[in-house]
Amino acid sequence: MRANEIVQILNAEIVAGKEIADRLDIGTACGCDLMSDVIAFVKERVALLTGLTNPQVLRTADLMDIRLVIFVRGKKPSAEMIQMAQEQGIVLMKTRDSMFIACGKLYQAGIKGDSSY
Amino acid sequence: MIIEYIIPRLDFSAAGKASTDTKHRLTQLGLPPALIKRIAIAMYEAEMNIAIHGGGGRAEIEILPGEITSRFIDHGPGIADIELAMQEGYSTAPEEIRDMGFGAGMGLPNMKKNADELIIQSEPNKGTTVQMHFCLPAGEA
Ligand SMILES: Nc1ncnc2c1ncn2[C@@H]1O[C@H](COP(=O)(O)OP(=O)(O)OP(=O)(O)O)[C@@H](O)[C@H]1O
Ligand SMILES: [Mg+2]
Repeated sequence: MRANEIVQILNAEIVAGKEIADRLDIGTACGCDLMSDVIAFVKERVALLTGLTNPQVLRTADLMDIRLVIFVRGKKPSAEMIQMAQEQGIVLMKTRDSMFIACGKLYQAGIKGDSSY
Repeated sequence: MIIEYIIPRLDFSAAGKASTDTKHRLTQLGLPPALIKRIAIAMYEAEMNIAIHGGGGRAEIEILPGEITSRFIDHGPGIADIELAMQEGYSTAPEEIRDMGFGAGMGLPNMKKNADELIIQSEPNKGTTVQMHFCLPAGEA
């Protein structure tokens, strides 16, 4: 699924990487607030949904080659994070949906993911 | 070549810099991306543990023909039961650290999974040394 479609589904706003969002293809998603769990579980073409807004989120995304981070519950990334994302070529979005609702909407829209680890 | 990094205690904007920096260096050396990813992940977990649990410390990354060795050294509280600490989900991270996204108890298991060899030496109240070894494919670096 294209990142642009995700914008529609979650009624989200792109806060960094607008110019690369239309080319970004997402296969699965991970909703998580513990970064080592992200490291343990994530595979490929993953979108990360999180309620955390500290720079460690982007460090983790960079390490795991995650190209899309979606902040839930209306959380706003700082200017520092937006800059990091731009340097790393990561798309950032924010949505007012809660973690549960955002994951549910994406699942319903066809992002099924991988239940195994 | 040995590269040294200082890892400050509980400095969440600096934490992770040693591993990110190493990742970029190894990319410049032209190592296979999958190997670089393993090294960066394992180093990041070790680095965060020093920042969060070890009271700060340092990292030494030694790049030799055919192998990379990283050592993470702190003089913090140490780990009383290493076998227990290695278990998935075991964490002593307090609530405020969990609120920052750490404390899944997956750091040491992630290191074990990604390093070719992991050696932990620790003594209560003296500190901890985590050594990780990575083998490079023949003819690299
Ligand atoms: N350098 C260290 N000094 C003292 N204790 C440590 C050190 N590294 C790890 N530990 C202990 O081992 C436990 C498990 O470490 P591990 O990295 O697996 O999980 P965590 O750091 O608690 O959570 P996560 O890494 O998933 O964010 C820690 O909670 C801590 O009690
Ligand atoms: Mg850890």
